[in-house]
Amino acid sequence: MSITKKDVLHVADLARLALTEKEIDLYTGQLQRILSYVEKLSELDTSGVAPTTTTVPPETAFREDRVTPSLAQEDALRNAPLSEKGCFKVPKIIE
Amino acid sequence: MKYEAVIGLEVHAQLLTDSKLFCGCSTRFGSEPNTQVCQICLGMPGVLPVLNKKAVEFAVKMSLAVNCRINPRSIFARKNYFYPDLPKGYQVSQYTEPLSEHGHLEIDIDGGRKRIGITRIHMEEDAGKLLHGEGIEDSNFSFVDLNRTGVPLIEIVSEPDMRTSDEAVAYLKALRDILVYLRICDGNMEEGSFRCDANVSVRLMGAEKLGTKAELKNMNSFKYVKEAIDYEIQRQIDLVENGEKVVQETRLFDASKGITASMRSKEEAHDYRYFPEPDLLPLNVGAKLVDQARETLPELPEAKRARFITDYAIPPYDAGVLTATRELADYYEEVVKATGEPKVSSNWVMGELLRLLKEDGKDVGDCALKPSAIADLIGMIKKGAISGKMAKEVFEEMYKTGKPPAGIVKARGITQISDESELAGVIDRVLEANPESVDRYRSGKVQLFGFFVGETMKATKGQANPQAVNKILKEKLAG
Amino acid sequence: MDLTSLTIHGLSEKLKNRETTSVEATKAFLKRIEEVEPKVRAFITVTAGEALKSAGEADKRIAKGEGITPLTGVPIAVKDIFCTKDIRTTCASKILEGFIPPYDSTVVRKLKEAGAVILGKNNMDEFAMGSSTENSAFSPTYNPWALDRVPGGSSGGSAASVAASECVASIGTDTGGSIRQPASCCGVVGLKPTYGRVSRFGMIAFASSLDQAGPFTKDTTDAAIMLNAMAGHDPSDSTSIKAEVPDYRTFLTGEVKGLKVGIPKEYFIEGMDKEVEASVREALEVLKKAGAALVPVTLPHTEYAVGVYYLVATAEASSNLARYDGVKYGLRVDETGSLLDMYKKTRDEGFGGEVKRRIMLGTYSLSAGYYDAYYKKASEVRTLIKNDFDEAFKSCDIIATPTAPTAAFKLGERVEDPLTMYLSDIFTISCNLAGIPGISLPCGFTKEGLPVGLQLLGRTLDEGTVLKTAYAYESATEWHTRRPKI
Repeated sequence: MSITKKDVLHVADLARLALTEKEIDLYTGQLQRILSYVEKLSELDTSGVAPTTTTVPPETAFREDRVTPSLAQEDALRNAPLSEKGCFKVPKIIE
Repeated sequence: MKYEAVIGLEVHAQLLTDSKLFCGCSTRFGSEPNTQVCQICLGMPGVLPVLNKKAVEFAVKMSLAVNCRINPRSIFARKNYFYPDLPKGYQVSQYTEPLSEHGHLEIDIDGGRKRIGITRIHMEEDAGKLLHGEGIEDSNFSFVDLNRTGVPLIEIVSEPDMRTSDEAVAYLKALRDILVYLRICDGNMEEGSFRCDANVSVRLMGAEKLGTKAELKNMNSFKYVKEAIDYEIQRQIDLVENGEKVVQETRLFDASKGITASMRSKEEAHDYRYFPEPDLLPLNVGAKLVDQARETLPELPEAKRARFITDYAIPPYDAGVLTATRELADYYEEVVKATGEPKVSSNWVMGELLRLLKEDGKDVGDCALKPSAIADLIGMIKKGAISGKMAKEVFEEMYKTGKPPAGIVKARGITQISDESELAGVIDRVLEANPESVDRYRSGKVQLFGFFVGETMKATKGQANPQAVNKILKEKLAG
Repeated sequence: MDLTSLTIHGLSEKLKNRETTSVEATKAFLKRIEEVEPKVRAFITVTAGEALKSAGEADKRIAKGEGITPLTGVPIAVKDIFCTKDIRTTCASKILEGFIPPYDSTVVRKLKEAGAVILGKNNMDEFAMGSSTENSAFSPTYNPWALDRVPGGSSGGSAASVAASECVASIGTDTGGSIRQPASCCGVVGLKPTYGRVSRFGMIAFASSLDQAGPFTKDTTDAAIMLNAMAGHDPSDSTSIKAEVPDYRTFLTGEVKGLKVGIPKEYFIEGMDKEVEASVREALEVLKKAGAALVPVTLPHTEYAVGVYYLVATAEASSNLARYDGVKYGLRVDETGSLLDMYKKTRDEGFGGEVKRRIMLGTYSLSAGYYDAYYKKASEVRTLIKNDFDEAFKSCDIIATPTAPTAAFKLGERVEDPLTMYLSDIFTISCNLAGIPGISLPCGFTKEGLPVGLQLLGRTLDEGTVLKTAYAYESATEWHTRRPKI
């Protein structure tokens, strides 16, 4: 499968990365090489093989429905680049 | 009708757990912003989710209530997208393997019944809330409150089985009644704990192929759901009639104008890149959990309504009103149990009690008046200890004060005299005092009967039981 | 007596016998850090004040004789991927600029509770993405054995700090070899436990289904002591395994008679460094001499492991790293007042090249139309790789391989070529895909004086046999006692 500059731009958009022209060229080439390498996987017939997404025994972990203390508002916001009125402040969202 | 609409609904219901889906923060509504958040729901680096068992129990209950098949193994997946109300940059949801599938419920429509299919029910976490700046200095910013982030939701997806806005509303109401009956969701549309998106398309009547659908959002009452769907159906019909195409898009309902309007379509199509959430193992809902949920499943609105009609022989309308909430139905049944008079009990509960509650904007749960007191009152009327007319006044006082009827009647001195020997004595004295009128009555002037009744009432200060007075007078005058 | 040359068990003994104090030892390490850091750069943050304070508390505990563990008063270092309450945690990334966690990771909490003294936070490849620690936003770390060489990665700072005696032990994380490969490069012991054996809570995620924390130590006994303190079920981590934790020191018997050591032919490949191969083959003979039986095994899907890994790990990473968006913490770059620009600029400036490359690859492999061919396919092949190990462990108790195909390479040598860099992990990756435990321990040196690592892989939750085998080898050799001269 070959990856085009357009694909890279689309992916960068999905990933919210503002790539420079230079980065786009670089990544197009590098991703192409990596993807050609992983192409190797298609040699294998995996029909009927269940995917492995975790290696631990599939025993669901539950917690009881109990309220535990939250952070104080100021601690919740302490690390925020911008906050005001008890809220995280972000550039205006235009629908 | 040349066209028919095809409507499917996606309902999000907030579950009434105390804590969030994956952390111990409170789910309480209306707190100061960002006071019910912790490192986990804020999506701080390195934190991990642990599933709230009660949320699963609630979701299983709903699945059973609408006849869904529970998947013994379901998978949480990450739905990836960027938005400031989504702290982790993904929402934990379920995708290819949801909690349950293949359910249905029945709605009443146009005097008949219709089955609406339920495709699936899956669990997911809610997002936070965005507040928009009011002052000028804030006009370039939005404000993010993450208290709601991580509150447990179930999404209930219907089949595209509805054809009119009335069917859609009937389905929604049925769904909400069940959720509220199960006590797993408060069903509040205005506060957003019960939300609905509608997929609407139109096609020529009889056509097989579905038309292009629009997804409607932002309808926070049943009325708006109806308005939005009706508007949208007409809009799409007009487009088709004019030879134009319906565009697949999301449209917001504008309640002030009563129209739906396109959300400016984003440059990039959604690509949520779902994949299995590696921080959570597959959800194995064991038989034990399902059995427990099934055992604790209450009688559901539809079954209760049917039982009221057959067991109590009350009209379907009464049964519908009385089973509107589990609390009201329980209340009514307590009254019936004590009186053995289903219809009379229904009249008092449905007529008087609901009227007064409605005036006060209260629910039956908030009411000081106990079912046993209503039963007492009905008993007193039956015995003739109080007149029906006076009973209404007594009822109002009972409602206001929560006091039992006997005390009120006594304090007001409005006990009805129904004792026949007592009344006979009074009547004897009335007849003795009016020998002439007695003679005239007996010689044919029967109109005088009213006069004797009046005199008797006067003598008893109006407390005499009119039926008893009539009966005794007739006997005595017949001489 | 140079306190910094001691092992955990050595120092612990001296503390118990009142031959020294934790404060004294901590000061010695802080001095050592001051001396060698300009050359090694194994730390991002040194927390001298906090360290001395907890050393003082440890000394009080020792004086009272209450609640003492083998780690009480022992100065250690922590990879800067573990959240530390009220102490900045960077993950070696600019994007976490100024981030101060309001919580401790479970591992750090457990180590603190055991009485360990935390000297500071180790340098690493940004978000643990790399095999050389050159991808740190702060500085590369230099290999104490040859300062022009990399210490391996991503836990290069943790490995180097132990090798350079800047701490007695340290902890790192291993997603595709990030503990074992730098341990090999730096001539120390590095243990990656079974996935789920040690809690991941508070450990900044790279690839959630692969990440696992483990110790770097000067010998196997120390590794057992560290694992004793770190392992165990954590109710805050849904993927943590509910299983009893044995006392891992009980496995350190030196007895390997009858133990079947599997030698997979796929790990002795053409093109691997001859000196590395020679050292490892020699190590196998040592085990044989000690009574173990060497049995050939096969792991036929090994050649696909790197491909599977780079699809699965990057897919998970692309999602794990979405939270760094300039809203809640860390860097924000907002030049235009547009939300979209803020996101994109923040992430572009905040992440380094390797992280961006992996986010791109992961996003691509999950995106519409490619999911089946990449992420799903890789997850299926992962099953085949896991099955290989299940099959192999039917005929052996432990698998022995080289840790890396070469000794430490030179700084800058592979940065231009991501794929070659990725292939440095070829021997360590399968272990993470299968979730099994692995260790790297020193088994020799190249002519240039660079350490070579022997890797031992065990069955799920069988860290005991891994440590037992390592200890038996270590008891018969002296490689682990060598220290670099800086």
